[in-house]
Amino acid sequence: MFAMPVAHACASGLGGMRAAGDLVARMQMARGMRLTEAKTYVAERLGVTPFDLSDPVLMNERRGELGLGRVTTFELSHPDEPTAVEAKSNIGDLLGLEIASVRLLESHLHHAVRTG
Amino acid sequence: MEHTVPTRMGDGSMVHMSRSDIEAEVRAGVEAAVKRAKTPPLAEDEIEHLVDIYASPSRFTGVDIGTEVVLSYDGSGVGTFTARLQDLQMYEQCFAADLVELCHGDYSFKAVKTIAAYEAQSMRDAQLALTVPVQYGAMPNLGLYCRPDGPVPNWAELLPLGRFDEARAGQEEAVELAVTDMVNVGVDLAEAGADGIDFDTAGAAGDADFLATLRAAEALRARYPEFGIEIGMAGEFVLGMHGELEYDGMRLAGLWPRDQLRVATKAGAHMFGPAVNVNTSKSAAWNVARAVTLVKPCMDETTIPIHMNAGMGVGGVPMTSYNPVDAVSRASRACVDILRLDGL
Repeated sequence: MFAMPVAHACASGLGGMRAAGDLVARMQMARGMRLTEAKTYVAERLGVTPFDLSDPVLMNERRGELGLGRVTTFELSHPDEPTAVEAKSNIGDLLGLEIASVRLLESHLHHAVRTG
Repeated sequence: MEHTVPTRMGDGSMVHMSRSDIEAEVRAGVEAAVKRAKTPPLAEDEIEHLVDIYASPSRFTGVDIGTEVVLSYDGSGVGTFTARLQDLQMYEQCFAADLVELCHGDYSFKAVKTIAAYEAQSMRDAQLALTVPVQYGAMPNLGLYCRPDGPVPNWAELLPLGRFDEARAGQEEAVELAVTDMVNVGVDLAEAGADGIDFDTAGAAGDADFLATLRAAEALRARYPEFGIEIGMAGEFVLGMHGELEYDGMRLAGLWPRDQLRVATKAGAHMFGPAVNVNTSKSAAWNVARAVTLVKPCMDETTIPIHMNAGMGVGGVPMTSYNPVDAVSRASRACVDILRLDGL
């Protein structure tokens, strides 16, 4: 298990949510965007250049500012920031996507109020 | 005597080769692809770049900063040494995965259909706990629909007996059953919040297996316009177990990666994963040269992201469960650098 994910991630990966890889992946999945187009799209919305998207230092700051979810580390946690599905709600807003799990969460919230 | 560097064979074993040896291996790999698939060879500068990557004695290598690609990890949420949800979280939090995949150990849609509701519940749980996209993955695995595992006459038994019509009829029946299962599972998972579905090792049982995949993808695309649909192939060449099946007017038997891409795109895939199998008796340099030569025609015309398969035994990555990072990183870099891939 060690070599495949770790070696690929270090050799050629965008860095997932350590950087902005998950955001680029979402544009590929939802819209079928090629890599250059998806990177440009995400970079514009983050206010950075496509080159910056794999930089974990810069992206960690932007993710924190925009509430896009950050990896928690041994040294640091983010208990006051959006996490998981909360962060995905912000990601959907940022990228102009309807994320299915966010839609499901919203449709299930305040059930008693909505149904009377 | 020319200096040698440590490098790998297709089974992962270490050998020592000179730069001249490695260049010969790369050229032979390119030639093997050209001869077999009638595809154009790599350019001289591309061959030289592959030789540079494989003739380096360094333990690790990587793409240039700024040229990284999306990594889609099939099989990442199978529960390797902990529960599936924890596996997914590990890939997200520790392995920097750009997207992860929930899947069942059996990894076949036919097996999953009986527990689809439980898989959907697991997807719901995963979606509440993860930030990165979570897709669901399984194999079309058409062979499970024939006897003794399924209800359809076994075409692998009928073909050697010369009972071709019965063998074809069995595969056509299996296609209908597989499409129904794949669409039903896909809908269940999409309704549970999945970000996408991965039809992995499509075409493993031949052209009928691939046809079932394409038809399932088409049905799901019609229903979910922004659902991530990934079609990852089983190999570089679609076997003609049926021989007469077509999709959108294209005969599926005998398709190489570029034509596989064309029908996958037509069916509504948003990501396509070409797979080129490793020859374990050839060097890693030979294998990666052959792999990128076979996939390169895809890159010239694709309109959707290409996520080349680069796991154990495909895409120049040696066929061993304990892959050395030198081999994986070289294959990773070589594929991305030469092909300008959208992902792996």
